[in-house]
Amino acid sequence: MNIHEHEAKEVFRAYGVTVPEGKAAFSVDEALEAAKSLGGDLWVVKAQIHAGGRGKAGGVKLARSLDEVKEHADAILGTTLVTHQTGPEGQLVRRLYVETGVDIDRELYLGLVIDRATQGVVLMASTEGGVDIETVAEETPELIHRIAVDPLLGLADFQARQLAFALGLEGKSVFQAVKFMKGLYQAFVDKDASTAEINPLVVTKDGALIALDAKMNFDDNALYRNKDIAELRDEAEEDPAELQAKAHGLSYVNLDGNIGCMVNGAGLAMGTMDIIKHYGGEPANFLDVGGGADAETVTEAFKIITGDERVEVIFINIFGGIMKCDVIAEGVVAAVEEVGLQVPLVVRLAGTNVEKGKQILKDSPFDIVSADSMSDGARKAIELSNK
Amino acid sequence: MSVLVDASTRLIVQGITGSVGSFHTSQMLEYGTKIVGGVTPGKGGKKVEGVPVFNTVRQAVEKTGCNATVIYVPPPFAADAILEAAEAGVKLIVAITEGVPVLDMVEVVRYLSDKDVRLIGPNCPGVITPGECKIGIMPGHIHRPGRVGVVSRSGTLTYEAVDQLTRLDIGQSTCIGIGGDPINGMNFIDALELFEADDDTDAVVMIGEIGGTAEEEAAAWVKANMSKPVAGFIAGSTAPPGKRMGHAGAIISGGKGTAAEKIAALEEAGIAVAKSPADIGTTLQSLL
Repeated sequence: MNIHEHEAKEVFRAYGVTVPEGKAAFSVDEALEAAKSLGGDLWVVKAQIHAGGRGKAGGVKLARSLDEVKEHADAILGTTLVTHQTGPEGQLVRRLYVETGVDIDRELYLGLVIDRATQGVVLMASTEGGVDIETVAEETPELIHRIAVDPLLGLADFQARQLAFALGLEGKSVFQAVKFMKGLYQAFVDKDASTAEINPLVVTKDGALIALDAKMNFDDNALYRNKDIAELRDEAEEDPAELQAKAHGLSYVNLDGNIGCMVNGAGLAMGTMDIIKHYGGEPANFLDVGGGADAETVTEAFKIITGDERVEVIFINIFGGIMKCDVIAEGVVAAVEEVGLQVPLVVRLAGTNVEKGKQILKDSPFDIVSADSMSDGARKAIELSNK
Repeated sequence: MSVLVDASTRLIVQGITGSVGSFHTSQMLEYGTKIVGGVTPGKGGKKVEGVPVFNTVRQAVEKTGCNATVIYVPPPFAADAILEAAEAGVKLIVAITEGVPVLDMVEVVRYLSDKDVRLIGPNCPGVITPGECKIGIMPGHIHRPGRVGVVSRSGTLTYEAVDQLTRLDIGQSTCIGIGGDPINGMNFIDALELFEADDDTDAVVMIGEIGGTAEEEAAAWVKANMSKPVAGFIAGSTAPPGKRMGHAGAIISGGKGTAAEKIAALEEAGIAVAKSPADIGTTLQSLL
């Protein structure tokens, strides 16, 4: 789960990571009020969307007067930002964050991720902050310093100092950096984050460290024990169909094609997308109904797929293990009865009680195309989508 | 012979009194798995499908002499269940539970790192030696005893592959589902090492998916160490970057972990990669 920058900054603040003073705003008037109450003569007006790359897309503007705050707020709020992380459709800006400006000397990078290779949390730091860190990682990996944290010990002071010195920090900045890193690590483990990033982490002209940006993602599986984080979910930032799917325990990802897929199991669901593409078709979605799907789940999945206007044919590919094929077949028939069938439906069943399942589909009053194998089903679906 | 489990495996079931645990206990018993006990804290003294239930894994070990455990407890308690089994000296731990918090697994894997314990999973279908012992949730009837080892990050896609093999009259020595989570126990290389050393395995099917670099590392290991033929498949060629495809581990991030990279690494290591998931069985067959 993602949260907004200003919310991540609240988390940081609670863990001793210094951030600029700021206020969230949902209208131009609120932005102006925020700037007035913050005071000073330099502000930053920032678009709050769940994607990086806002600066380049024009979603972050410096204001040197209240008139400029108003001007920028007016320009950013309600626009659709297209960044390298939003996809071509972009993301509508519904809220702003107004911050006091900071006198920047250097821009650094600090990040925490779950690293599969070391099977733990890795703290990364670089002198190349403020730019696309992925490019730095690719082109000059030696400029990214990494420390693997032992989960049973936590981040040790000496490890944080190593990184601080590697960043070229001196004097009191070193000790402030240690405090920053330890705070960030603690926030990460306390809140079950999957990534936490400060880019840039700035050093001001008088040597103070400030987190100018903040990004945190969280482990969905741990939200049950982080209620404060779960409450921050901003559904407006998420795909409505994906939200609907999640509410019913389904895993759904919207894609660009015209063949709607319903599959049990993530691997088989990806494999089904692959085989459709292999034979020249385009999947409209990834949809995993999970291992324990019943008639109700199948109906919900069916509704989500038929709700996508681009879907011209539906391909259901089920390998019944624990899930019995006759139960799935009954679910499919019930779903068609409830939702109706506007496009052709191809069903491939395999595994437990497959004969019973096929018979149920055959006996139903609906025109359901039966497939004998995954490839047979994919080919039939593509053929029907071309008609 | 086979790897990890066989007819002599003595299994306990953690979470045996829950609906999932009790259902699969009956399924595993039906298959012929030797289940000697179960554990649910507070339910000690009861019986499930005739199997005695204990309050702690330690008691179960003392009373039954079990050497393997399978975990069906809900996600918030799964990490603790794994630690309890390891601490009680159970050598093989199969964690089926889906949705375990990643940081829980980070601690568990670190704790197990210097212990003589093998963890499979979590979020996996389990392990089966056809005709002898089924531990997990896979449909037993699609398997057939034989000489091909299977290792996979996926559940139902593994069933698909096994089904293809069985239809081609190719039996399996042992099938291992290592699970789709980013931080887990056994990896591809661990499984490949076992199959390479097993006299009754002639060839291996390896099924990977997008995300991480486990497949690339396995390919390098195969190139350097494996004498037996390997067929492979990588799911997720069509998955867009940045979108999580169901499994917590199946995500292309920062341009890394794509199917194309993985397929290239496998092919470079001499692994025969199936072009579509419908060709996994025939790809393996062509190597025999």
